Amino acid sequence: MWVYVIRRILAVIPVMAVVAVVVFLILHLSPEDPAAIIAGDNAKSEDIDAIRQRLGLDRPLLIQFLEWVGRLLTGDLGSSIFLNRPVLQLIGERVEPTAALAVTTTIFSVVLAIPLGVVAAWKAGTWIDQLIMGLAVLAFSFPVFLIGYGLVYGLALEWELLPVQGFVSLSEDPGRFLAHLVLPTIALGLVYTALLARMTRATMLEILNEDYIRTARAKGLANGRVLIVHALKNAAVPIVTTVGVGIALLIGGVVVTESVFAIPGVGRLTIDAVLQRDYPVIQGVILAVAGVYVLINLAIDLTYTVLDPRIRY
Amino acid sequence: MATPVDAAPLLAVEGLRTSFVDEGVALHAVDGLSFSVGRGETLCIVGESGCGKSVSALSVMRLLPPPPACRVEGSVRLDGREILALSEAEMRSIRGNTISMIFQEPMTSLNPVVTIGYQIAEAVRQHEGRSWAEGYARALEMLRLVRIPEAESRLKQYPHQLSGGMRQRVMIAMALACRPKVLLADEPTTALDVTIQAQILELMRELQEETGTAIVLITHDLGVVAEMARRVVVMYAGRKVEEATVDDLFDRPAHPYTVGLMGSIPQLGSSVEEGAARRRLAEIPGIVPSLRAMPSGCAFAPRCPLATERCRAEMPPLEERRPGHRSACWHWERAAEAIHA
Repeated sequence: MWVYVIRRILAVIPVMAVVAVVVFLILHLSPEDPAAIIAGDNAKSEDIDAIRQRLGLDRPLLIQFLEWVGRLLTGDLGSSIFLNRPVLQLIGERVEPTAALAVTTTIFSVVLAIPLGVVAAWKAGTWIDQLIMGLAVLAFSFPVFLIGYGLVYGLALEWELLPVQGFVSLSEDPGRFLAHLVLPTIALGLVYTALLARMTRATMLEILNEDYIRTARAKGLANGRVLIVHALKNAAVPIVTTVGVGIALLIGGVVVTESVFAIPGVGRLTIDAVLQRDYPVIQGVILAVAGVYVLINLAIDLTYTVLDPRIRY
Repeated sequence: MATPVDAAPLLAVEGLRTSFVDEGVALHAVDGLSFSVGRGETLCIVGESGCGKSVSALSVMRLLPPPPACRVEGSVRLDGREILALSEAEMRSIRGNTISMIFQEPMTSLNPVVTIGYQIAEAVRQHEGRSWAEGYARALEMLRLVRIPEAESRLKQYPHQLSGGMRQRVMIAMALACRPKVLLADEPTTALDVTIQAQILELMRELQEETGTAIVLITHDLGVVAEMARRVVVMYAGRKVEEATVDDLFDRPAHPYTVGLMGSIPQLGSSVEEGAARRRLAEIPGIVPSLRAMPSGCAFAPRCPLATERCRAEMPPLEERRPGHRSACWHWERAAEAIHA
């Protein structure tokens, strides 16, 4: 078991190395000259040369890469061109809203989707199933920004139940922290809930046809026990996989959601950096996101061994 | 066979008819089946795959899909109580408690992600309102009863850690955990190796002597029938075609289908070494007719070497031809000739 865990952790290294190469090349394959961007529109060519020299951009690519990786390993992701502050620090300041949104969205979706999927599978073919699946298709078909603006208009502007936008830190005021997260969570989570509910239903339908479900029913067990202990437990591995994939998809949705709700998170940081072509920030965000993604995958793989006793490494 | 057989049957099935509705057409998978089994008795139901054996058992357990997809009619009396009329909740309190079932596939019939101890204990908890500790104590007792070595450590194991034979023992332990009066065993040894088959059959016989459970054993294997049964019901295309005591059935079969089934078993002595002189293992030509295209007369007529015009036109009734021996064949007296045809 521990051998597997260690092997799995070591396998993260080559993945991150590939990510690092790609991220590094983004800067050098981009059609624009970073030195020119830094120097500004009115710069003379000797200014640009000077900047290029200062950044080491005139040296061989391999040397630049090795130096860059060396700095990465010490935790130095470079500095923002425009804000002139360390990228790591910038990301650090923006992590809380994004992480909070990702966590609330995941909880919201899982708590909603799994019971819905289980009930739909149990009542397969009835109006309950059709209603749940119909709603899932609907939720799946609306883009995040449409749901987002709809919710803002109804719940925040018309009825004034919830704040329109912005973010309040948990340490500042937990109540307002949650109030600000409600609408973004729903906007971002509905698509994901729909995906997870459909996945849960499909997996459960398959499992409800298994011989051991018939055995469980032949024992005279109550429906709830058959569904939860005997069916859902077997559905856990595919469901957890989908939850993991969903978290990765969330990262894309977060960018849009943060814009709609004016949340100062990593998504906004990314958009601003892209618009300004602030390459070190873009690189830093990609690296951080890739790192998180790899860690989530690692966590999911390790969860499998807990969920299914047949999986041993 | 020391246990006495009571006069009043524990399980009495009367005119059981199970239909599946497919595109508006009702297909009768089981049509007018009757049988009964008493305390300590073993009844075998024999027939080829698709003849309605398993559907009969599932109908008795009421484990088939609810109407309108599937309809079960007739009468099933368990210990004097009509169970086809019970509500689903009442039926749940009987399943796994008064009447249990074991299935053909021990590899897939146990839940792979739940420990064996838990799977046995939960039935005891459900039906007898006991604590988990008591449930596990019973589970341990049952594992010992079905002769599983190192029972204590097996409690915490998962099905994939056990061999096929061991899993079928666990299935039996689970089915018997609440001391049912009737056990339905649907091809319990078909998926197992021959040596393991003999062990499981032996175990079932011993347990029956200890507990007096009535057993309905469903099989396609006449070898198993000879080993286990006192009485035999032969099914073909959803109907009972012959019923007799096991000795009578083997000595004087009164239906060409039964004779055909017997011809399909390899006999010791008619072995391969006899070279050119050896008799080929007889097969029954053709297949079981589809439920959609039942012949109008005897369902076996298209495959029967003895079939006449009358067989194709008129369905033969199931009648007592000799004391305790019933057959549904116009030519029952000549049935034994079927093998030579």
